[in-house]
Amino acid sequence: MSDAQTTSAVPAARSADRKTSAPSRKRRVRGATGAFWLFVGPFLLGLVIFIYVPIGWSLVLSFFRAQNTVAPDVFVGVKNYVDMLTDSAFLSSLWTFTLFAIFIVPTTYLFALALAVLINRARFARTFFRSVIFIPAACSYVVGALVWKLSIFNGVRFGLANTILATFGIEPIAWVAATGDIPWYWPVIITLRLWLQVGFYMILLLAGLQQIPNNLYEAAYVDGAKQGWQTFIHVTLPGLRATSVAVLILLLINAYQAFDEFYNLLGNVPYARPPLVYLYYTALGTAQDYGHGSAGALILALIIAVVTLLQARVLGFGRAN
Amino acid sequence: MSDSTPTFSRRGFLQAVGGVALAGATGAGLAACGSNTGRSGGAGALQQWYHQYGEQGTQQAALKFAKAYKDATVNVVWTPGDYGAKLASGLLSSSAPDVFESQLNIEYVKAGQVAPLDDIFASVKGDFNEADIKLNTYEGKIYGIKMIDDPQLLYYRKSMLQKAGVQPPTTFDELTAAVKKLSTGKVKGAYFGSQNFIDGSRIQPYFAAMGVPVITEDHKSNVLDPAVIASFVKLREFYTSGGVLQSAPTEWTDPSAFIQELVAIQWTGLWALPQIQKTFGDDFGVIPIPALGPKGKQVVYNGGWTQFVNAKSKNLDAAKKFVKWLWIDQTQYQEEWSLNYGFHIPPRPSVAAKATKLQSGQAAEVVKIAKQFGAGDNIAFTPKIGTALSDAGNKILRSGADPKAALTVADGIVQSELKRLFG
Repeated sequence: MSDAQTTSAVPAARSADRKTSAPSRKRRVRGATGAFWLFVGPFLLGLVIFIYVPIGWSLVLSFFRAQNTVAPDVFVGVKNYVDMLTDSAFLSSLWTFTLFAIFIVPTTYLFALALAVLINRARFARTFFRSVIFIPAACSYVVGALVWKLSIFNGVRFGLANTILATFGIEPIAWVAATGDIPWYWPVIITLRLWLQVGFYMILLLAGLQQIPNNLYEAAYVDGAKQGWQTFIHVTLPGLRATSVAVLILLLINAYQAFDEFYNLLGNVPYARPPLVYLYYTALGTAQDYGHGSAGALILALIIAVVTLLQARVLGFGRAN
Repeated sequence: MSDSTPTFSRRGFLQAVGGVALAGATGAGLAACGSNTGRSGGAGALQQWYHQYGEQGTQQAALKFAKAYKDATVNVVWTPGDYGAKLASGLLSSSAPDVFESQLNIEYVKAGQVAPLDDIFASVKGDFNEADIKLNTYEGKIYGIKMIDDPQLLYYRKSMLQKAGVQPPTTFDELTAAVKKLSTGKVKGAYFGSQNFIDGSRIQPYFAAMGVPVITEDHKSNVLDPAVIASFVKLREFYTSGGVLQSAPTEWTDPSAFIQELVAIQWTGLWALPQIQKTFGDDFGVIPIPALGPKGKQVVYNGGWTQFVNAKSKNLDAAKKFVKWLWIDQTQYQEEWSLNYGFHIPPRPSVAAKATKLQSGQAAEVVKIAKQFGAGDNIAFTPKIGTALSDAGNKILRSGADPKAALTVADGIVQSELKRLFG
């Protein structure tokens, strides 16, 4: 009996709900607003405290002489910016990183694309290969850098790379610490980054490949296109456009953020020192010059923003296909 | 049925969770009010920071010393990784150490980060190495108490040098010739470090071996002294002679490359002596860093660690009292810290005199040459000066850049730093 009463009460409540009066609608709106803030609030608070406040404080610091303090009192105007823009070490780090980005972005993209196409066409053990290539993406850059530095490219005769070279009768190479005209540290850095990143971008491109409808290929064959290069150029690549643009932008942002492997493999050296490593040694290491460090960081942030916007514009990021 | 049991609507659930969280927070707050924080005598617990020493047993010893102090609770913070950077940012935070080890830099004094210790130091001033006092004095005030002296020098394998018919080198010309002769198929002549073999900490020893300090007594830059330029040419010859092991899995502070017989000569410190002795017995010797360039002189570079009190500490007096207790009064702990784990020279002659481990064999030789050829840091050598000179050094040594051009860029930075510090 009580059951029957309950079940009959529910439709009654619903019908009351349907005839919503103005105050209750207001309450619901207020409820929705409350829920919005409840969900968004904590993240927004974190964002403000850990991102926006530091950026704002950086802006303040960049106009002060802030040596060994984050509460400076000597206003120096734009001197820190002028100093950084005339600092040959900072400018050379910007140049280093530009060269690095120009090389690493297309290289990673091509490797990831080649692997994605191969795996997409694999007839057996596809999941196995996909997992094996993706797994390094889960490895930390620091751990990767240590493995590369201490084991594979450690420079002594029993390091992995030198052992392989020795079988061809080649003398051990000091890799990250070599003197001479050949920058042996670049193969170390590039192979590490490729090993860490290719798997992730391969998965993105693989997903893109699987989105291309099969009937496009069939139509191409009917029109006389040959399997292989011709269909790759005229069907696969255009079909991957949206994914490719996203991958290229992600790769460029990643290249700008290069820090971990350079810091761990090379430390504070004048060659192959990306801007973040230089700024780390200026502001956060033992030097503690927050004024110049903040000015440099804001210059770098501005460059990243402009280049990313330009790239997005040129590649048509987010544009409908 | 699901309609009939709306006991956990979304809002209800969130309210419940919020209530539980609030109750938990209140409970925790009340618990904190009533709990024993372990503090005694009104003084808060002191935070004492150490870098991570490589020798076994050091951390336990540091904890033992802290526990033995009865007048306050001392929390030891053992810091692996980049201690310098962590300390620098730690000193700016609200959880800054009250007591820490480091090396004195003028910036510490100018930023008011280290407290003068003249009052606790006065009674023992006569019983500290003069160089260690000078190193920690700025404008007449003493800011740090040297804990250990760590001489840097070269170790060599007697048998390998004998076999190659090489005498222990006293100049870099002799060293370059020696490493070429010592370099055979599997063994290289010398190992001086790999990742950045001319980093900021290596610059001052090299300049000392050149016989030209980076900064003069009257705060001028010596970087463009012709002897410096000529010396960098010699250094380039040495590094590109083919006799230098340019890279190894461990850095110069660790004697592994020497112990694993990858090289016949290695630059490292006294601390590594017990390990080397254990491996090679009597088959090794020690020599100063050879004289470098036209004004060069042999050098044993005196590094080490110094105890400081944070001038901004809320427990300033308690911190000073603790530092006095540990690094001035407790001589048996000072001896233990210097000699029971790795080897270091106690900065106090009275403690060093009791150190029997340093009175025989190669350890005694290190103490002797450290006294004869000793040179130390300059507190005006800022990290920025270190980076500038390290950049110049790397360009010259690795890429064969013109020494004068590279050093001129560095000189500009050194001068602007000196101007900033001394006007």
